[in-house]
Amino acid sequence: MSNLVIVEHDNNEVAAATLHAVTAAQRIGGDVDLLVAGENCGAVAEAAARIAGVSKVKVADDAKFGHHLAENLATLIVEQAQGYSHILASATTFGKNVMPRAAALLDVAQISDIAEVKSPDTFVRPIYAGNALATVQSSDAIKVITVRTIKFEAAAAEGGSASVEQISGGADTSLSSWVSQAVADTDQVDLTSAKIVISGGRGMQSGDNFSMLHSVADKLGAAVGASRAAVDSGFVPNEFQVGQTGKVIAPDLYIAVGISGAIQHLAGMKESKVIVAINNDSEAPIFQVADYGLVADLFEAVPELDAAL
Amino acid sequence: MKVLVCVKRVLDPQVKARVKADGSGVDLANAKMTMNPFCENALEEALRLREAGIAEEIIVVSVGGGKTEETLRHGLAMGADRAIQVVTEDSLEPLAIAKVLKQVAEQEAAGLVICGKQAIDDDSNQTTQMLSALLGWSQATFASEIKIDGEQATVTREVDAGLETIQVKMPAVMSADLRLNEPRYVKLPDVMKAKRKPMDKIELDSLGLDTANRLTTLQVEEPEGRAAGIIVNSVAELVEKLRAEAKVI
Ligand SMILES: Cc1cc2nc3c(=O)[nH]c(=O)nc-3n(C[C@H](O)[C@H](O)[C@H](O)COP(=O)(O)OP(=O)(O)OC[C@H]3O[C@@H](n4cnc5c(N)ncnc54)[C@H](O)[C@@H]3O)c2cc1C
Ligand SMILES: Cc1cc2nc3c(=O)[nH]c(=O)nc-3n(C[C@H](O)[C@H](O)[C@H](O)COP(=O)(O)OP(=O)(O)OC[C@H]3O[C@@H](n4cnc5c(N)ncnc54)[C@H](O)[C@@H]3O)c2cc1C
Repeated sequence: MSNLVIVEHDNNEVAAATLHAVTAAQRIGGDVDLLVAGENCGAVAEAAARIAGVSKVKVADDAKFGHHLAENLATLIVEQAQGYSHILASATTFGKNVMPRAAALLDVAQISDIAEVKSPDTFVRPIYAGNALATVQSSDAIKVITVRTIKFEAAAAEGGSASVEQISGGADTSLSSWVSQAVADTDQVDLTSAKIVISGGRGMQSGDNFSMLHSVADKLGAAVGASRAAVDSGFVPNEFQVGQTGKVIAPDLYIAVGISGAIQHLAGMKESKVIVAINNDSEAPIFQVADYGLVADLFEAVPELDAAL
Repeated sequence: MKVLVCVKRVLDPQVKARVKADGSGVDLANAKMTMNPFCENALEEALRLREAGIAEEIIVVSVGGGKTEETLRHGLAMGADRAIQVVTEDSLEPLAIAKVLKQVAEQEAAGLVICGKQAIDDDSNQTTQMLSALLGWSQATFASEIKIDGEQATVTREVDAGLETIQVKMPAVMSADLRLNEPRYVKLPDVMKAKRKPMDKIELDSLGLDTANRLTTLQVEEPEGRAAGIIVNSVAELVEKLRAEAKVI
């Protein structure tokens, strides 16, 4: 067995999500190689080579991979696939965008969002917003996989000494081009890796009121998240969304404020270690998954919480 | 331009999925089924493109068994011009679905294909990307805004870091995110009108494609539930519990 993990990065740093995919590859067994495709991404390749347990880092440094456009990147993955039994990436929007494209070009299935490795060809994956777990066995020679990051701990970012090999190849399809990326608030703690997350829902009533959550978050070193209703209402941008169609997270502590607890929201946070719900409706379904529930008006409870910390 | 919209029949999102006692899958017998919500966004976008004079004809296509026709009728009631059902009782994997959709897209000479970003039952999030690969067309997934200008389209995508804007060459395959638009409600006269719109049926076998499954589902089970917690009476008690009992702050 031999695994190739596609590294997610911004040409400067390895994304934390990739470290979880490396662990999944190690569970499968055999060598773990990494593919770094980008533009002026030397720093990423160096960092990737220091990840514990990695044998080799292949680097394709070329303008056509600068923005990770799926059409170009998939051609490179297909070329590199030969000789590997498993190709993995994290189930982030990066992995979800490119991996199925590569799988189709290889004429193999993709196994989405694996939560467990049972054996090199058998995996567990959540379906129905996590309300069911399916165990699936693949008969393909090359298994293309995306990894549910919360189910595999991060590999150590330091300690490895993989060899680095420069490669070329992949096509410039010119099918699409990158225009822009809305710049996210860099002060915000990363939602997917935060130990504590405090999320607001429709009950917050406005974007301005989220400042209450930010204040608590600052004291706890927490990230701020949101329900879809809060994003749809324009209180916060889309990258805050937690749930079936947003981010799937499992922090040590998740505090849901003014969130009812719809199935689709629970899909993104119900594996958190400790869940706190603050809601003025004692019947809200969020209380069924909360370890600690507080039935209260959030406009009183949150400032009080802030003061108590 | 002809727009092909791929729609899937799924368990209603408001209904909680129940796993069958024998662990063979999710119990869908007598369950309430609807059009996958993301597919409604895909169709709504196509309808708006027609209203803007960019699309001429909108075809809804679905691969599935008997009742799939209901989902396609819903698509016709929303405003699609005609429907194609590729008939099969098998449950195909995304790769096979993509092969089928490729043939339909080529036969229809579609200039744009819009799918939902993910089907809320199987949550694969693959079909669009696979279809785009097989057609060799450009790919724009998780779209929250689509602007088409002749040979080019500008698409804003919902990605983990926020919003990314890309430009793609037409023809393209795109997938709709929920914030792309607000799908319209279907009115009774539309339902009546939909009954008279054309619905083609193509037998899957007649396409001569390799649609064999690559995955075998060995078991489907319910995840472990969470034990019920406690209700605290005050913020002070909450903070005390988080510090002393849960030790998370
Ligand atoms: C296909 C699909 C995908 C979806 N994906 C997602 C997803 O990824 N993430 C997601 O979150 N949702 C998702 N949803 C939407 C989901 O179904 C719910 O509509 C949404 O989660 C509701 O958000 P909410 O809890 O903030 O709002 P509501 O359900 O309106 O709940 C607001 C809560 O705030 C409480 N409240 C109000 N005022 C106060 C106050 N002053 N003090 C205390 N509490 C107060 C209320 O009691 C209520 O419980 C999806 C839906 C569909 C159909
Ligand atoms: C419990 C369970 C077990 C299953 N086991 C198996 C199994 O063992 N083998 C198997 O092959 N299948 C199985 N299926 C069903 C099958 O996997 C999916 O229907 C199929 O793989 C498509 O995946 P998806 O719907 O998640 O695709 P996604 O890629 O998430 O769908 C994205 C979009 O693609 C389009 N699309 C998807 N399907 C269709 C369609 N039928 N017609 C038209 N457009 C479509 C829609 O626009 C949709 O929004 C199982 C399903 C369940 C619920």
